[in-house]
Amino acid sequence: MGWGRLRKKKDIPGGLWTKCKDCGALIYTKEFVQNMHVCPKCGFHHTVFGRRRIEITADPGTFAERFTDLRPTDRLDFVDTVSYAEKIEKAQEKTGQTDACIAGTCQIEGHDVVLAVLDFCFMGGSMGEVVGEKLALAIELAEELKQPIIIFSASGGARMHEGAISLMQMAKTCAALQKFAAAGGFSISIMTNPTTGGVTASFASVCDLMIGEPKALIGFAGPRVIQNTIQQDLPEGFQRSEFLLEKGQLDKIVSRPDMRAMIAQILRYTPRGRNHQSA
Amino acid sequence: MARKAKRTSNPPSVLPFEQPIEDVRSRLLELEELAEQTTHDLSEELSFYRERLKRLTQEVYSNLSPWNRVQVARHPKRPLTGDYVEYLCQEFVELHGDGQFGDDRAIVTGFATIRGHRVMVIGHRKGRNTKERLACHFGSAHPEGYRKALLKMQLAERMALPIVCFVNTPGAYPGVGAEERGQARAIAENIYKMFRIKVPIIALLIGDGGSGGALGIAIADRVAMLENSWYSVISPEGCASILWRSAEGKEKAADALKLTAESMLGLGLVDEIVDEPVGGAHAHPKQSMDLVGDFLDLQLTHLGQLPIDDLLANRYRKFRNIAQIEAKIEKQAQSNAQLKGQATPNPSPVVPGEPDSSGPVRRTPGSPRNRRRT
Repeated sequence: MGWGRLRKKKDIPGGLWTKCKDCGALIYTKEFVQNMHVCPKCGFHHTVFGRRRIEITADPGTFAERFTDLRPTDRLDFVDTVSYAEKIEKAQEKTGQTDACIAGTCQIEGHDVVLAVLDFCFMGGSMGEVVGEKLALAIELAEELKQPIIIFSASGGARMHEGAISLMQMAKTCAALQKFAAAGGFSISIMTNPTTGGVTASFASVCDLMIGEPKALIGFAGPRVIQNTIQQDLPEGFQRSEFLLEKGQLDKIVSRPDMRAMIAQILRYTPRGRNHQSA
Repeated sequence: MARKAKRTSNPPSVLPFEQPIEDVRSRLLELEELAEQTTHDLSEELSFYRERLKRLTQEVYSNLSPWNRVQVARHPKRPLTGDYVEYLCQEFVELHGDGQFGDDRAIVTGFATIRGHRVMVIGHRKGRNTKERLACHFGSAHPEGYRKALLKMQLAERMALPIVCFVNTPGAYPGVGAEERGQARAIAENIYKMFRIKVPIIALLIGDGGSGGALGIAIADRVAMLENSWYSVISPEGCASILWRSAEGKEKAADALKLTAESMLGLGLVDEIVDEPVGGAHAHPKQSMDLVGDFLDLQLTHLGQLPIDDLLANRYRKFRNIAQIEAKIEKQAQSNAQLKGQATPNPSPVVPGEPDSSGPVRRTPGSPRNRRRT
């Protein structure tokens, strides 16, 4: 929820120079992209679109996308100023994706994994029926293949336009993860800026490991809602990864350039990974 | 997510759309008083007004808009978890605390006996007066509330006691402390772990069903909604503040979100609707709570007979396949069949092929008491 407000103007740097959203430094765009959209001056992690996330996470050429036939439908006939159906269309045009989740199989430093990524550029990465179903299918695929699942979240939460259908995706994804864990599956949840609402309050918080990117906003209620409720200024760094780590809510903070290596390092401790001949 | 409504200190106990009913009622009262004082025979007038009151209530209550139902769900005289416990339970042994941080007053837990069934009751507590409401944060629980609920559910599992959850929350509490102590994680863990609690679980929405805060104690073998409760991913106010930013926004939002019991059943998101007496639970609290008692008695008996492995498998399957498109087509046919033969006073446009899920509930004399999904 609230994705509309969180949406930044541009996520794909188009010009020659890109301005850091945190420190305001002007960065040569080519360098910015090469640096995985991390500001070389202040280290701020900018939102990356879904495809790029896969590009910087999976071993080159190993990603095989799955479950591409799922399409969102406007089952509630939800209309505000623009109909939900139109919003879907616009988001699909903008991102070239059918919905906010991309899932498939790949290798990370030679380890076979199932990878699911929420794309913040598609309606704020919000979870509706398609996102929930894709995640559940991806988790079931991981169970079938006996591979770990890695989930990258970037989401405003459950998608308001699908009403309680999207609420129930919280239950669906948790159910799938529960079954997966009971069958001996291993899961890593990586929360990136921002991960809030129904996504944090479901699958993203019940994986075996919870990892945050530096300074990512992670929480249940959005800061504005909290501020309106308590009518006080929020503490410095509130709901950021570092704050959550301090409060015992995260296992680790890992910066984007180190993420791949860290995932691989962790996977070497899983039963399968222990036998894996690392390159 | 909990975006709270602006609360007035003393909400009116007569809802705006109930005013015509109230007018007739006060006329009737006057007449009854008069009848006692005079020797004139007023029985004809009295029965006229009684009949009129009955008909008018029926009429108003069969034409409620989704927003009206939200208003009924929050009526100050509507029975709360505490009322159900007091009225339905022969005994209640309250248990406190999450064993880690504190005792959240917004969630009440304890052993209870309902119509002879020994159960664990878990419920959101809203409070009746201002002091209680403040202590309970108006029914918005903190992480320790969800952890308390989980701890007691695990206890119930060890003791082989079925669990009855009364859901009534505008949403989980949005605050600094709640975030610090992992609100999201507490809710997520409840949802996750409730799939594995090896005793029957019944969840009944009795008023507000606000988002994750509600779902955090509502993963159940039987999920039912009272006729005038609502269940949604966001409160109508929260939705309106994002989309419309205007006073009538919440009414539009209530329409758009399809949050009524009828819509939720139509979409296949809940199992059953438990009827309220005509005029709402607040007008006839005892009658309404009796209906809830009947429902719980029936379900506790039924679920108690099922092998626990089947129960868990069904619980998983229900939420794993919830509201899937294929399933929807079947349900649509079912719900069309259910609606068949009932008049359609709702003039709002209906999507072809879609059950009239946004429409008001029609109470015709022959309609079944409890509507269920098989």
